[in-house]
Amino acid sequence: MTEKYIIKQISIFSENKPGRLAAIAHALEEAGINILAFSIAEANGFGVVRALVNKPDAAYETLTKLGFMVSFTDVIAVAMRDEPGGLFDIASILGDAGINIEYSYAYSGKEGAVLILRVDRVEEGITKVLDAGGKLLGAEQFR
Amino acid sequence: MRVWDPRIEEMPPGDLKRLQYRLLKMLVYRLYSFSAFYHERMRAAGVHPDDIRTLDDIATLPFMYKSDLRDNYPDRIFTASQDELVRYHVSSGTTGKPTVVGYTANDLEAWTTSVARSLTACGLGEGDVMQVSYGYGLFTGGLGLHYGAERIGATVLPIGTGNTERQIELMQDLHVTSIACTPSYLVHLGETAGKMGVSIKNDTNLRVGVLGAEPWSERMRTKLQDSLGIRVFDIYGTSEMSGPMFTECAEQHGIHIWGDIAYPEIIDPETGEQLPAGEKGELVMTVLKKEALPMIRYRVGDVTMLDDAVCPCGRTSPRIMRIQGRVDDMLIVRGINVFPSQVEHTLMGIPEVLGSAFQIEVDRKGALDSMLVRVEMSPDAFSDKITDLMKMKAKVGHELRNSLNVAADVELVAPGSLPRFEGKAKRVIDRRVY
Repeated sequence: MTEKYIIKQISIFSENKPGRLAAIAHALEEAGINILAFSIAEANGFGVVRALVNKPDAAYETLTKLGFMVSFTDVIAVAMRDEPGGLFDIASILGDAGINIEYSYAYSGKEGAVLILRVDRVEEGITKVLDAGGKLLGAEQFR
Repeated sequence: MRVWDPRIEEMPPGDLKRLQYRLLKMLVYRLYSFSAFYHERMRAAGVHPDDIRTLDDIATLPFMYKSDLRDNYPDRIFTASQDELVRYHVSSGTTGKPTVVGYTANDLEAWTTSVARSLTACGLGEGDVMQVSYGYGLFTGGLGLHYGAERIGATVLPIGTGNTERQIELMQDLHVTSIACTPSYLVHLGETAGKMGVSIKNDTNLRVGVLGAEPWSERMRTKLQDSLGIRVFDIYGTSEMSGPMFTECAEQHGIHIWGDIAYPEIIDPETGEQLPAGEKGELVMTVLKKEALPMIRYRVGDVTMLDDAVCPCGRTSPRIMRIQGRVDDMLIVRGINVFPSQVEHTLMGIPEVLGSAFQIEVDRKGALDSMLVRVEMSPDAFSDKITDLMKMKAKVGHELRNSLNVAADVELVAPGSLPRFEGKAKRVIDRRVY
């Protein structure tokens, strides 16, 4: 029963130009979509905006219509102890299991710190975290 | 001023015309008899070699196009067999396949003779040291200047492109008197020397620059001559003609096209009609002596005008004026010809991008050209991992480098974000000022 822990993140390709993030944020606001967590990864000349939103399908549709290139990515959200060693707990569970973290970003959730992770093997990652006694946030908590 | 071959170079105009007529007549008979390509072309145009009764009758002969070379890749248009060839050069094509030029020993001899006359006209000879800073290899610049300079008894420093600080060191240490390179490279070399605390004017023996392979202007000539304390001359030629072959003389007013080697015409690119001397149009070249890859009325695509008056230097070969542009969309980037159609062809072969929409931006960073290709990513190829996107970008850059022979920066953009065109696409933004 790993499915309920798989969270649909939207990823938006963006040229590295002033105003691009504002355009994305404005479009989501107009559509009444709430951004719960997000990060920007930048490279030479372009970036990728990754976000967890309350209505991923509506966000996809809105942004695609405006000409943005959008894709869905499966990520997991792990509740983190908000004290020294919190990140180590999670990273070592995955590391010991040989699961690679492609990227991650953190945000402070309503009930404490949360780490969003894209891992190379999602289902196995979920099982390992749960087996080690970790706490995962379900997809319904992002609606 | 020395003249390398006064008999030809100063031949009375009437005699030169008779010589050219004889050479043309022989060429046409030879090709009609031995070249399937030319035979067919002439028959389709309804011209027989017997119809060529004066030099002016050249205007009745059909044109030859760069696409003919592509369509007959690599050597189906050659009129020499492989065992007669002594060299190949290869330049970029318009789409897909490059253009291959084969040379017999006589072709190389004619090329070298042409460069020898030209360098002599630039005031070079025995006792000079020439630094050849054109690319060696498949590009014709390096080897063309190399053998021409050796022929006139100059000492050649075959240094090729790049490593500018070393170029300046050797220029000083070996008392180099002349350099052959692109005009933008000479600007760069001057600037680099300045940063090294070397004055080309005061600290070197450089006195002559032979500059070509890209367009430049009188303004740049003045700037280079004043800042470096040398005289710079324009050199012209394309790989189809053999390579760089023709230069200006001491008058610095037009490039002499040696009459026994080639016959230039200027035409209206729309109608194909010949234009009189002094009118601007497309250059069409007939190479009168060429064994492996003959050229009758080849549409070069460069825009210039003709001056057939006898030059004050005494040479009677007609001159073409400085190249003023192209009739097509060919770009010259760091001396290398780049066709947008070739860029499109390359991008079409990469599944991760939409090759149908792209943009080329050419600029000059410092003295040297830079080329940026903006290309739309295919939505199917979009990954939200930066490393995947960087890999994709590197792949596009690599493929472009391979097919164009010149490095290009790549910018990935979202699909649909580049302009679409209903008529003729304007895919090139050229910000360079010559």
